[in-house]
Amino acid sequence: MSPSGTPISAADVAKVARLARLDIDEANVVHFTEQLAKVMGHFSDIDALDLSGVGPMTQPFPLVNVLREDVEQPCLDTDEVLNAAPSSDQRRFRVPPIIGLDD
Amino acid sequence: MATIPTTASGIAAAIASKQITAREVIDSYLAQITARETDIHAFNLVTADAARAHADAIDADIAAGRPIGPLAGVPIAIKDNLCTHGVETTCSSKILEGWKPPYDATVVSRLRDAGAIMVGKTNLDEFAMGSSTENSAFGPTRNPLDTSRVPGGSSGGSAAAVAAGFAPVSLGSDTGGSIRQPAAMCGVVGVKPTYGLVSRYGLCAYASSLDQVGPFATTVADAALITEAIAGHDAMDSTSIPQPAPALVASVSQGVAGMRIGRVTDLPAGAEPEVIARLNEAFAALEAAGATIVDITLPSLSYALTAYYLIAPAEASSNLARYDGVRYGLRVNAVDTNSMYGATRAAGFGDEVKRRIMLGTYALSAGYYDAYYGKALKVRRLIAEDFERAYAQVDVILTPTSPVVAFPFGDKVDDPMAMYLCDIYTIPTNLAGHPAMSVPFGTGAHGMPVGIQVLAPALGEAPMFRVGGALENAAGGAK
Repeated sequence: MSPSGTPISAADVAKVARLARLDIDEANVVHFTEQLAKVMGHFSDIDALDLSGVGPMTQPFPLVNVLREDVEQPCLDTDEVLNAAPSSDQRRFRVPPIIGLDD
Repeated sequence: MATIPTTASGIAAAIASKQITAREVIDSYLAQITARETDIHAFNLVTADAARAHADAIDADIAAGRPIGPLAGVPIAIKDNLCTHGVETTCSSKILEGWKPPYDATVVSRLRDAGAIMVGKTNLDEFAMGSSTENSAFGPTRNPLDTSRVPGGSSGGSAAAVAAGFAPVSLGSDTGGSIRQPAAMCGVVGVKPTYGLVSRYGLCAYASSLDQVGPFATTVADAALITEAIAGHDAMDSTSIPQPAPALVASVSQGVAGMRIGRVTDLPAGAEPEVIARLNEAFAALEAAGATIVDITLPSLSYALTAYYLIAPAEASSNLARYDGVRYGLRVNAVDTNSMYGATRAAGFGDEVKRRIMLGTYALSAGYYDAYYGKALKVRRLIAEDFERAYAQVDVILTPTSPVVAFPFGDKVDDPMAMYLCDIYTIPTNLAGHPAMSVPFGTGAHGMPVGIQVLAPALGEAPMFRVGGALENAAGGAK
């Protein structure tokens, strides 16, 4: 059981895969659901803890905003960066249409 | 040819004093790689030609009387999740195969500036997610001490490279134990510095609030030497601590007289009996060397695994969103961008990476955020507070590094929870942001090495290395 009271379902896994942009077929959804349910079963150990009044800790040390002088600095070589891309065109990253052709 | 020293400090001294050339050193290490790499698979890439050219350049500098760096001619292996300009960096993932970064990680450029010579990029669990290096897309690394067993992970290639004599020192990264655990399993020294002491610029991010770069070495002094070389403020990492690198090598031989060493009386169970026996011997050795053993409790420690396996995947699910087939690496073509993302990521990531991305996405998703991620962050606070109370009483804490010695291939790879339990003693340090190191201390089951972990408070590297040095001295007498 998870802290929320219900184990993760195949429908949850399918939804999460979609949110994470991972194409996963039905057989693998079942496989991953079994594994994730087992892992998440272990997580119920923290249900026993009284966490009221405990503040969340997102970082080891408090983060401060770091700014530098607004002076032009050398940056990555544009051609070198674009050469590493799967596809580029007119000094830009080239991608398929944002809106599907079949929509 | 003169004998090649086995330590980084010995090599640097011998080259600087012209007893041997950098070329002789690099040829000797490359010969060792040629002899055993087929069996070990420590590397994704061996940069032999570049290494020889670099060595020749150092020898030319010495011959011409030009100044050389403090690590001039020291061969070093670099984990393949650290960016190397123009040299393939894969994170052992198909999604980055063939990618040549347009810049160097800060740690890589600092080592080069110091004169160290990169011999290659070492294998890892894909994106540093794993504890055995079996999750590499390019095949596992084998433990040089017993090739039927894993080297640990995720920095298994870097640990194996040092254990096999492919390089005297190497770099790894440690998010939940990925330097210390393979160091323990391969019988070498491994250090995770304080969060922010070493720049993360150019380290391919896994879990940004936990990741830290650190060294592997055959001696504690070498580990201190490399930590010194890579530490210190870097403007390119906003979490970098704004102070210069501390002097650490001198600490190694200072001894432990008068130090207070913490023994955790409520240590989470699960360690093999031989591992616990070595830990008790380590306490006895430190006591004999003049330290005082103090019993402490860390009641929240047993919850660290749950906190880690919610926080790290949550951060990973965000960090790995960048691998979308647009700017670098693999792309699987499709009719629109959304289909391209889904197909590219399905083809490019291995199962463990997918599991952690899904776990993290779930823990962060609407309706579950408070129950999982939010709760994990509060547990993280409890663990940090436990350490704070403990360090009011002691200078350092001693635990096993790994509950188990190196295990056979296939033992845990299909059982994620069994694999995750390998990290039970290393994870709390990362959650707190503290330094810790693993020092080899005798052997356990099947004659495989046991590592003892020294934990210290934030920026407590100096006391940590003092205790590490004392353990190393005592380890000669360990079983």
